[in-house]
Amino acid sequence: MTEMSGKPSNRPISPHLSGGGGLLHYVWGPHMLVSILHRIAGDGMALVGMPLLVWWLYSISAGAESYEYFLSWFDFYYLGYVVLVGLTFAFFEHLFSGLRHFVMDAGAGYELKTNKMWSILVPFLAVIVTAVIWLSIAFQNL
Amino acid sequence: MGSGTNIGRVRGLGSAQEGAHHWIVQRVTAIANMLLVLWLIFSLLRLPNYEHGLMIDWLSSPLVAVPMILMLVSIFWHLRLGLQVLIEDYVTDHGMKFALFTLLNFFAVGGAALGIFSVAKIAFTGVAA
Repeated sequence: MTEMSGKPSNRPISPHLSGGGGLLHYVWGPHMLVSILHRIAGDGMALVGMPLLVWWLYSISAGAESYEYFLSWFDFYYLGYVVLVGLTFAFFEHLFSGLRHFVMDAGAGYELKTNKMWSILVPFLAVIVTAVIWLSIAFQNL
Repeated sequence: MGSGTNIGRVRGLGSAQEGAHHWIVQRVTAIANMLLVLWLIFSLLRLPNYEHGLMIDWLSSPLVAVPMILMLVSIFWHLRLGLQVLIEDYVTDHGMKFALFTLLNFFAVGGAALGIFSVAKIAFTGVAA
């Protein structure tokens, strides 16, 4: 601390990401996208999905009238479908991304090409599975 | 121990003896979440409709109520750990961090308790009045 007395240090601080003036010392890649998507999907499910799941269970336990009120919000301009499709994608994104983390926990999958391939495949697979589930629901309801 | 930098003050003291537990529990609950949420998705897809009477009958079965309760425990535990890391990464102010950890604990325990009680009420009392 003694060398810092008076004026602030101009040494790089961790994480040293910016060169100033909006310039970044890194280039965006799929591994960064899948990393931040993991956090957004997880925290989205935690803060939106779980209150909804608990509200759903509570409304069933509180009686038919309470459940009807829950469903009235579900049917409000397809709101329920929009939220459920979003949560379905968030779940599979977080699941596949989490499985990728398990592989990396074992020390595998860090080779540049392998890492990039799985980083691209994770959100791609999540979109595919979400589409398959909701298209099958849509066709059943036709 | 001097009054030097943060790293200088803790160097040589060994680990905090608690990081590995967070790491392991996050992964154990992750596997449980995967199995239980996949169970929930496929169970819901197999139901013919989502009317109140059927929901009561469905949730009254031990083979639905028990995995549902286990899922609530596992998910709220997992999100408690995940949101803790979110707060640690983005909130630097100690007072704010403490307040958010408290809020997070209330959310995780309260949410799990309400969910579990609701399932138990349905399972034990059947059709609600």
